[in-house]
Amino acid sequence: MAKVTIDGIEIEVPDGTSILQAARMIGPTVAPPAMCFYTNLPSSGGYCRTCMVEVTKGSEKDPRPMPKLVASCRTQVMDGMVVGNRTSEKAVDARKGVVEFLLLNHPLDCPICDQAGECHLQDLSYENGSAKTRTDFERRTFDKIDIGDKIQLHMNRCILCYRCVKVADQLTPERVHGVMNRGDHSEISTYITKAVDNEFSGNMIDVCPVGALTDKTFRFKSRVWFTKPVTAHRDCDKCCGKVVLWYKGEDVLRVTGRKDQWGEVEEFICNTCRFDKKRTSDWVVEGPTNLSRHSVISANHYEKLVVPNELTLNDIKPLNP
Amino acid sequence: MKLTNRSVVVSKKELTWSEKLYLPAITQGLGITISHFFKKKATVQYPEVEKPRTEIWRGRHVLKRDEEGRENCTACGLCAVACPAEAITMEAAERMKGEEHLYREEKYAATYEINMLRCIFCGLCEEACPKDAIYLTDRLVSPEYDRQDFIYGKNKLVEKIDDRIDIVPRKK
Repeated sequence: MAKVTIDGIEIEVPDGTSILQAARMIGPTVAPPAMCFYTNLPSSGGYCRTCMVEVTKGSEKDPRPMPKLVASCRTQVMDGMVVGNRTSEKAVDARKGVVEFLLLNHPLDCPICDQAGECHLQDLSYENGSAKTRTDFERRTFDKIDIGDKIQLHMNRCILCYRCVKVADQLTPERVHGVMNRGDHSEISTYITKAVDNEFSGNMIDVCPVGALTDKTFRFKSRVWFTKPVTAHRDCDKCCGKVVLWYKGEDVLRVTGRKDQWGEVEEFICNTCRFDKKRTSDWVVEGPTNLSRHSVISANHYEKLVVPNELTLNDIKPLNP
Repeated sequence: MKLTNRSVVVSKKELTWSEKLYLPAITQGLGITISHFFKKKATVQYPEVEKPRTEIWRGRHVLKRDEEGRENCTACGLCAVACPAEAITMEAAERMKGEEHLYREEKYAATYEINMLRCIFCGLCEEACPKDAIYLTDRLVSPEYDRQDFIYGKNKLVEKIDDRIDIVPRKK
């Protein structure tokens, strides 16, 4: 076990835990944001640099501070480590810079993008970025590539987090897409525009933190905040079958995996559940999904409205019995 | 207990002979009425005469087009989520090839409806709009005989290409 202090809060965690995971154990107030790290995808993380934290004390044995900010998703805790995240000016400032870099080439097409409202980059830039763009040069654009009839790829929106590549590597037996070219020219693509049609390929949509990979069957159907998420399950021989159905009126507009507090899918689902089962009769509905009150998706949803009990004569007790 | 200084004790004393005639009271009342004939009237003869409205009056909405006549609205739904009266509904559609001169972006509002009976003309939709598409104008919502007619669709909301509505004063 290692004792680690993050933003002044001490916690004991098993050896080998990353700083990010330790911070998440404490809670969302100290957890650094993460755009590329994904708990269910081993070897993810380390690309986006949004989770940078300052380590002011390396460990009990070697109390020297780490010379540079470290990526908390890839750095393991050590006994006696002291980490600054929100309290560290350096980390906050660096994150602001990282957000600015991520947004350099990211198009400002949130009004069109289907991810808007559940986009991690939106949240990240809202919480950590600056309100103004300082550059006025042309943003990088790519030619459109069709990667099948189920998944829509918008390369312009990609932030190269590699999560979808990890999904393809780890969930599907043979990968047909990956990152081509290097540096500023990198892009997600398939081998000679070969369609992605693996049974678990739809999870790329769920893991994508931005709107680069979206559900083509849901394309422009509705904004997420007009849909009502409902938790449901079904017997599936390929996956766990635990999903969230996104309703508009009586229609299921799309099916996604269940996401936890950190926006990560709890269990991956198969394409049959995701794309082919869009009737209420296919599912056993468990109830409305609990969303954060701060999410725009919960705007104008009143399912949690509590009506105060009306007083009856029996409720009124005399003051001096 | 006396609560205010304005309270008057009601007395039921007998009227005098001149008061019993009622004539002085009637002429006094008539005098007040007749004096109003010569004063400036508070009302106007609408719709022949209209009271002046400020340039930034929050009236009937317009969905703007850009300089090339393409619709600005992309059906992003921010006006609807900002609307406190929940008066706005919309459905989006994808722009097809050959429609580039009609819609500015690759998504557009296939239907866009404002229920003018629900609308409270607060202007939050205008404030929320990221595409410069919806504005409140100094025009009024005209009276209708049927409640259904107050649900304004795109045919009533989108400005005519040859009859643009100037919203520059509101933009200031």
